[in-house]
Order: sequence, then C-alpha cells, then structure tokens
Amino acid sequence: MNVLECTGLVKAFDDLVAVDGVGFNIAAGETYGLLGPNGAGKTTTISIISGILEADAGRVVVAGNEITTRTTTGNAEIGYVPQDIAIYPDLTARENLRFFGRLYGLSKDRLARRIDEILEVIGLTDRRDDRTDEYSGGMRRRLNIGIGLIHEPSLLILDEPTVGVDPQSRNSILESVETLGTAGTAVLYTTHYMEEAERLCDRVAIIDAGKIRAEGTRRELVQLMGQKDTINLSVVGSAHKLADALAVVDQVESATAVEGSVELLVEGASSLLPRILEVAQASGVGVSGVGVIEPNLESVFLHLTGKALRD
Amino acid sequence: MRPAFIIAGKDLSQRIRDKSAILLGLVAPLGLAFIFSVIIPDTTAGSFNIHVGVVDNDRGAIAAGFIDHVLPDVEAQGLVTVTRLGSVDRALSEVENGNLDAVYIFPEGYTESVQDGGGGTVRMVRNVDSSIAGQIAEAVLDGYLAEVDAVTVAIGAAVLSGGQDVEAIAARAAETPAAVVLADTDAADRTLDSTTFFAAGMAVFFLFFTVQFGVSSLLEERLYGTLPRLLGAPISRWSIIGGKAITSFVLGVVSMVMLAIGTTFLIGADWGNPVGVAILMMAGVLAALGIMAVVAVVARTPEQAANWQSIVAVVLGLMGGTFFPLSQGPRLLSMLSKLTPHAWFLQGLGDISSGAGLASVVAPSMAMLTFFVITVGAAVWFGKGRVLAP
Repeated sequence: MNVLECTGLVKAFDDLVAVDGVGFNIAAGETYGLLGPNGAGKTTTISIISGILEADAGRVVVAGNEITTRTTTGNAEIGYVPQDIAIYPDLTARENLRFFGRLYGLSKDRLARRIDEILEVIGLTDRRDDRTDEYSGGMRRRLNIGIGLIHEPSLLILDEPTVGVDPQSRNSILESVETLGTAGTAVLYTTHYMEEAERLCDRVAIIDAGKIRAEGTRRELVQLMGQKDTINLSVVGSAHKLADALAVVDQVESATAVEGSVELLVEGASSLLPRILEVAQASGVGVSGVGVIEPNLESVFLHLTGKALRD
Repeated sequence: MRPAFIIAGKDLSQRIRDKSAILLGLVAPLGLAFIFSVIIPDTTAGSFNIHVGVVDNDRGAIAAGFIDHVLPDVEAQGLVTVTRLGSVDRALSEVENGNLDAVYIFPEGYTESVQDGGGGTVRMVRNVDSSIAGQIAEAVLDGYLAEVDAVTVAIGAAVLSGGQDVEAIAARAAETPAAVVLADTDAADRTLDSTTFFAAGMAVFFLFFTVQFGVSSLLEERLYGTLPRLLGAPISRWSIIGGKAITSFVLGVVSMVMLAIGTTFLIGADWGNPVGVAILMMAGVLAALGIMAVVAVVARTPEQAANWQSIVAVVLGLMGGTFFPLSQGPRLLSMLSKLTPHAWFLQGLGDISSGAGLASVVAPSMAMLTFFVITVGAAVWFGKGRVLAP
C-alpha cells in the first residue's frame, strides 16, 4: 500500500522552473531517496509534499489525504525534518518536543510517553532539561529529527539530514533511518551523498534541474545504464601476460596491465571471479590481491546528467 | 483556535524567560514614570508661553485693573500672550479648539457688585490639555483677586471705624461675603495630574515596545528555521498569525494592567474608573499591535524589525505627547498628536480619571480601534504571500 502518491508536480519561481513534472510513490516501510545536486529541486519537491509550498500543478496524497497548503488533515500523517536545524534555542529538548507534539494534537498521556521514547532514541534523555543552545551541533541535529517523529507519522520526510554533521552523529542518524524503515514508516530521504542513498534507500530517484531522470533500485539503475563492474588484480609476475590471458575470457570486456596489476572491465563480477582466478593460475602468474568495484549511483548520475553530484 | 493558543503559550514562555518583555513592559515605564513625576514639574515651570484670552463684559475699574495693568505686566515678562475677545462664546470656542490655554471672563456689573459689598464671580475656563498653563493662569488671577478682596475689606473697615469697637469691626469683616469667588468651571477637572500623566504616558509609550515581541516573533520563527515546521503542521496558517497576535495582546494588556496597579500603589497615580481604563487599555493595545505588525511585515529580519519598531515607537510616543503635554507646544504639534493612538489614550484617560462617565472613552477608543483596523488591513496587504512564505 502506498503511503505517498504524488503526480505531475510543477513549481516555478518567476522564470525558474524548480520542479517540472515530478511524480513517484512510496510504500509503507520503504525508504525512497531523492538523489541530486544542490539546486536540483529536492527541497522544493518535499516542501510541496509537506504542504508547506503550493504547487503550480500536480497532486499529492498522503495516507489517503490530499495535501495542499490549505489542508490540515493529512499533515498529521507527515513528519517533516527540514534541512536546517529547526528548533527553539531558548527551550529545552523536552519543551521543543512537547510544543510540536501538542501542535500535532497528541493527548497528554501519549505526548508524555512519546517524549520519553524520542529522547531515548535520539540519546538526549540526560540532557532533556537543558536549553538547546547549549547542545552540540550533532545533538541539535538529532533533536531536529526527533521532533519530526514525535507524532509517529506514516511518512517521514528528511531533507538532507546529515549536512554539516560529524561522522559519529551522521552514522547515528543513518542507523535511526534504517530502523524507521524496518518499523513500517515510509521514508522520503533527500541527499546529495551517493553513499547515503546506496546504504539507506530501497529505491532511488535521480533528480536534476527539476526533473526525475531515472528511478528504481540501485541495481535497476545501474543495469539501466549498462554499467560494468571493475575487477582489480594485484599480481606477482608479469601483469601483461595475465592481461593477455584474461582478455579472451567470456564476459571480460577489457583487460589492462597497469604497474603490477591488471584491471578488468566485466559484466557480473561476483559470478565471474572464480573463472578469472582459474585462468590466472593456469597462466602461471600469481595473484596477491583482488578488488571488485561495482558501478555506483555516482557514476549513474554522471552518465545521466553529465555532471558530478557535488557540482 | 487551540493551535493559536499553543503557539501563544510557547511564545509567552520564551518572552518571560528572556526577561526583555518584563524590562520593557514593566520596569522601564514604572521607573521613568516615577522619575518624571518627581522631576518634570520643577524643571519645566516658566519654560513655555501661555496663551490666555480675556472677555470684559464688566467695563468697570476692577476688570480694567486686571486687563490694563496686571496682564500687560505679566505679558511683558514673556510668560503670557493675551488676546482680547468680544464674546463669551468666542472665548469658549477658542479654548475648546486649543487656541487658548485659558480665558478670563469678567461678567457685566462685576465691579459695581464688588464695590457694593455683594461680591461677584470671575469665570475662568481652562483648556483640558493645558494642565500647567491653566494652573499658572489661575495663579495670576488668584493673586489679583486676593488683593481686590483685601482692599475691599480695608475700605469697609475704615468707613466703620468711627465710634465702633474693634470686635464689632472684625465680626463685620468676617461676615462680609467674599468679595470675589474664583469659579474654576472647566476642564481643569478633565486634566491628568502630573503623576498620572507620566504613569499613563510611560505605559502607553512602552506598550509599543512590549507588543512588538509578539508580532516580531514570526520573523524569529523564520530565523530559527521553525516556520517551515509550523507551516507543515496540521494547523491552519491563520492560527500561526493568531498565535502571534494573542502573544502581543496578552503582553500588552498584562503590561498595562500591572503598570496601572503599580503606579497607583507606588507613586499615587489616579487612573480613574477601572472599566473605562480597561476599555482604553484594550483599544490602545490593539492599536499598538496593528502598527507594530505593519513594521514587522515590512521588515526582513528580527533585527531590522526591532530597529524600525523602536523608531516608530519613539516618534509616535513623542508626537503623541507621552513625555510632555503637547498643548504647551506649537498648535501644529497638538494637532499632529491626534494621528497617534497615544494622544487618544491620554485624552480618554484624562476624561475618565477626572470622573467623567464611561461615555467619555467611546470616542478615544473608537479612534484607537480605527488605527487597529487600518494598520491590520495594511499588514495583511503588505504581508500577503510574504509573511508565511517558507
């Protein structure tokens, strides 16, 4: 069952078309990534889905409720975590959570229970009564996410939640998102970090210049582009001799000797690897190390848009 | 409405926590009201020109003595400017319009009545806003009439001295009706005493600083990044605006009420009928809220809003006569003061403080509510599509 269904979203700011016909669905328990560089239209898209921004065209339905800037019912199904930290610095973590929980209509008992649960999840139970302007950046970032979860939304929208976060907090955030997916929450995750999208997302949409260029699982996207795997063999002996022997193996597209190693471009590295090692042994050239590089979303993005994700 | 009250509750707890609202809404006005009420009367006496008029329907010696000798002397000192008027109606009109601070009216047959021992009444009418000028004008007339009174009694005593004992003369003098009675019919009743004037003036002056905390907090929401969260919450957009307005209104009303109570008990201010004062306060708070909302809508950052709001608050406060009675200054300034809620608030308070009925606060309150309606309309117009943009 789809928690989010959006179709044909369009939004222009004067002459700039920020979002141009974007549409996708997210099922319960699915983590969906919007992968694109800065200015690709990710934040505008999720602002429309969150009911913050009015679309010029298109439709958004969350848990069966249409979302616009004028509707309120469906918004209770959405947890929104903005890119910038959005908390009150002169309130404590508990006060921030209580305020937003009350806005989402949580009953007194449920709110008290959820505050305790969220503080535990984001690791701020011990600091719950400290003003948030006394927190570290990572703590504030975790609270920022916690507020989005206070009302147990069906759809959690995370807008680049790890920007400017230290590695430890970043890992903690990614683990939290992984947990949410397994708990049945639909997650819409925007990022321009390829490795985050690959780690977290069941499906990914590559967005650039306001349009979705491709959508699917990581494997589907890679296959869609016809990308090959790369195998790197560290050799003891003649790299040229081994390269010549491997060049004639089926599914090996190319074999190149490079300073004591051989680099192979192949289709389906994992299934081909035993055969490659057999050929190497037969050729009398020793292999001291093997590395496999699968094509990633970065290369897919480059292929689709002609530019790197961090451009 | 519930979300609006939740937002207002959060805002109010923030304002109480940072103490700035308490300082600007309570401590500063209370302190300044106390200082001004003590200092200003001593430092301003004689520092302005008083415009008085005189109507001589008597045409007798006593009136002539005052008009031809006393007033020219005082006028020569630069304290008073005298205008002779032909009729009582004209005189009352000039005072009512604020062209004169006070007018002396010598009735027909006054000199004759005094000389006959029958006494008489010189009428003096003061401008409602000319507290100090009115008191000085009254003192000038009082001094002259006291002399007239003494001379009259002395003449009577000399006439009676032959053959009568001293006790009989004293008894006759005591029984003689006062030769003159200063009838202060005015308007003096409708002026605020200086303590109440400065208490009310400071209260309405700082009110504009107090209410800005609510309306400007919308800009803080944007600064904190929390505005998109509010926009994404299952609440109407009007409840966000409503929450800010409630915050401003509560801060303003609480500040005014506490100042009224504080100045009453601490420095002896007399605010008058509580119901009338409450009506004026609420109208004043709404007017301040509307004006500060316009500034907040036009500004782009909390700092910019705070700067502009301070300028607006100070200019309107000075123009509205919160620091000194404008009737003592140029007439143009007095007229311009009506373009501020401050002047209407002080006028209404002057009426209610002097015991006038509740009806006397209707006009000032309506004037202040007009400010509210116009400025809120302007805020909505200027803020359309901008204020709640994510």
